[in-house]
Amino acid sequence: MPDNKKLHSVAALFNSVDEIISAAKKTTAAGYKKFDVNTPYPVHGMDRAMGMGQSKIGFVTLFFGLFGAAFIFLFMWWSFAVSYNIVVGGKPFLAVPAFIPITFETTVLFAAIATVVGMLAVYFKLPNNSHPLHDTDYMKAVSGDKFGLVIEAEDKQFDKAKVIEFLKGLGAYKIEDIYYPEQEKFRMFEPKFLLFLAIVAVATSGLTYVTLNKLMYITPFDWMDFQSKLTAQKGSNMFANHEGMRPPVEGTVARGFIPYPYKGQPMPVEVLSNPTIPTKQILELGKGKFLTFCSPCHGNFGEGESRLRGQFPVGPTLHSDKIINYPDGMIYHIITNGQNAMPSYAPQITRHERWAIVDYIRVLQRAQNAKESDLKAVNKESVSNVQN
Amino acid sequence: MSKIESGYNKKSLPNSVSKIGGTLLAIGLLLGIAGFLVDSYRASYAYLVSFIFFLSIAVGSLFLVALEYAANADWSTPFRRISEFFAASLPLLLILVVPLFFNTSNLFLWSHAGYVHGDKMLEAKSAYLNTPFFMVRVIAIILLWLFFYWMITKNSRKQDETKDQVLTKRNITLSVIFIPVFAITITLTAIDWIMSLESKWFSTIFGVYLFAGVVWCSLAALTFSAIKLKENGYLHSAIKEDHYYSLGTLMFAFTAFWGYIAFSQYMLVWYGNLPEETFWFMQRWDGGWKFVSILLIITHFIVPFFGLLSYEAKTNVKRLKFMSVWILCVHFLDMYWLIMPGMSRNNHAYSFSWIDFVFPLVFIGILILVFNKMAEKFNLVPVGDPKLQRGLNFHL
Repeated sequence: MPDNKKLHSVAALFNSVDEIISAAKKTTAAGYKKFDVNTPYPVHGMDRAMGMGQSKIGFVTLFFGLFGAAFIFLFMWWSFAVSYNIVVGGKPFLAVPAFIPITFETTVLFAAIATVVGMLAVYFKLPNNSHPLHDTDYMKAVSGDKFGLVIEAEDKQFDKAKVIEFLKGLGAYKIEDIYYPEQEKFRMFEPKFLLFLAIVAVATSGLTYVTLNKLMYITPFDWMDFQSKLTAQKGSNMFANHEGMRPPVEGTVARGFIPYPYKGQPMPVEVLSNPTIPTKQILELGKGKFLTFCSPCHGNFGEGESRLRGQFPVGPTLHSDKIINYPDGMIYHIITNGQNAMPSYAPQITRHERWAIVDYIRVLQRAQNAKESDLKAVNKESVSNVQN
Repeated sequence: MSKIESGYNKKSLPNSVSKIGGTLLAIGLLLGIAGFLVDSYRASYAYLVSFIFFLSIAVGSLFLVALEYAANADWSTPFRRISEFFAASLPLLLILVVPLFFNTSNLFLWSHAGYVHGDKMLEAKSAYLNTPFFMVRVIAIILLWLFFYWMITKNSRKQDETKDQVLTKRNITLSVIFIPVFAITITLTAIDWIMSLESKWFSTIFGVYLFAGVVWCSLAALTFSAIKLKENGYLHSAIKEDHYYSLGTLMFAFTAFWGYIAFSQYMLVWYGNLPEETFWFMQRWDGGWKFVSILLIITHFIVPFFGLLSYEAKTNVKRLKFMSVWILCVHFLDMYWLIMPGMSRNNHAYSFSWIDFVFPLVFIGILILVFNKMAEKFNLVPVGDPKLQRGLNFHL
């Protein structure tokens, strides 16, 4: 027996499951606390035979699972709903149902990794990744077809001679002393192992880099890069003049766009007739557009009282005899074409809306120059409104 | 074998069981008939809710029996009979379905020719959704279940006397055939009875949704009865917390499974945002239904999930009993949530009514009475089963 070695435990080997379960029960009954059982496969009922309580590792799992869920949910909430809002599929920024799958997966990921790492940390006493039982005949036997029980020297009532006697009494067919290695070393920090890790790291990242940046650009993976489609700012051999697309035929009109034939002319050559009927709806439309586009210069009632206060040429009143006597087409022409300082409003206001503005200007003009008969008609109407 | 015989003596359940069952059935029947007289439209919906609840336990229990055989599990053998006794209610489905057949016009819009006519979608569906084919389908499905119920339980009972191992083998074959049959029939049941209440709605995961609930509540019925019977000495004395732990684990698993399926169904509809799919959930988010929906998430997933999560919870008999009663109630709520919102479509404003809670009495009464009858006639433990000893010795 080498004296310089420190005894870790005494190990006993058994031949069958029934023997090992009864051995575990008897060892518990004998009062040993620091002992362990090694079997080639999980033996049902062993936890209870060894008098073991529930493992506490479940709390690590629970804590990190909940932590993972909270972490990823808050992260998504912050990135999607607070920091950088992007509409995805018309959903709200805080789209809880869309977050749930990711929350679920992260919960599982955190819980699983924490369980494994926690188990290694507690049972292996990280960074130690070696155990005196490793590389012993005992371990070879119990990872084959034998069942083993070890009583550790750290146990309070450990007494080598007594333990050997006790184990023999249990029916062990072989008893072996287990010693600590001569000097404690963390195999995790052995240069060989570290070198191996470094090689794996370099190889993995190198392979990833080569695959994603080189391999994927070699034929046939690059076939998608060459397509017989038009590319902006590049010539095409489709047509003789190397244009990618045929120019539109002369006189082509864009869909929904009717050109104005009197553009730039002082007066419509023909008389433009107003296609709208001044219904309440049309007048409401005209009023809205008038207040938006015309009133800044011509005033809210067309009286030429600009609210721009001289920062811009004041628009003339629309109640002058000249304008009252204009045909509808002339007012339409001015809106479309512009006049003097007034620019064309054709891009902002559609044809239909321009005619509606003309109708509304007529209403304003009549209101400013009301006759006795108009007042009567209005009174009559308001009285009947009150009665109704 | 002596260990088996010493641990179990056959005795009938106390009289109080049949009294409770009979009282529930009698009160339920009286009030149920009154319900149909007062408001047959509402009563047919309420009856359907309880009918599906009853069907869940009956056919779900048969599935658990088949599962045990197919998986060759032995831990559940000591209380397989409990599931068999619950499945013994299956023949009664043939009678209990009759009131629903008389009320198809109340329940299903597709049974109205005037409603279907001119609607392209419903006309296309009418090859499947028409009253005669519906009835044939329902009866055929029940008969199919009955066939497997009779075959499996006949072998199981025969084994009590003959102790013939070949019977177990035969039951394994039957169970392996029954499980895919069950998968298809439970899907059709879900489509016929629940999904077609909204003739135009569709969800491809719906059958799985019902399956999750069916197995969940059958497990709860099994767990509750096993604990109750064991406590009063009607089961084998060797049943211990390791067995309860396994039942609790299964209930926990199906809690998570239901949550997974229910969410999958919701998320796809929510993402797609197609009006022809979303309206079903909109109905259940309308007015007071919103609170029922939220309540369902809490009671059907969150409470049982955390209630059954720990090892202690699954070995604690009190907790397991509480959770299994809870699960049975929540499965009823789930069926209520699936079926009742369809009621308001004919401008029937929705509010709770006493009629909704009458029919569970009838069906629970029937389950208890049938169970009691079976316990009188047959052993509560399959004493001839070759897997029994291994099941009793079961350790975690």
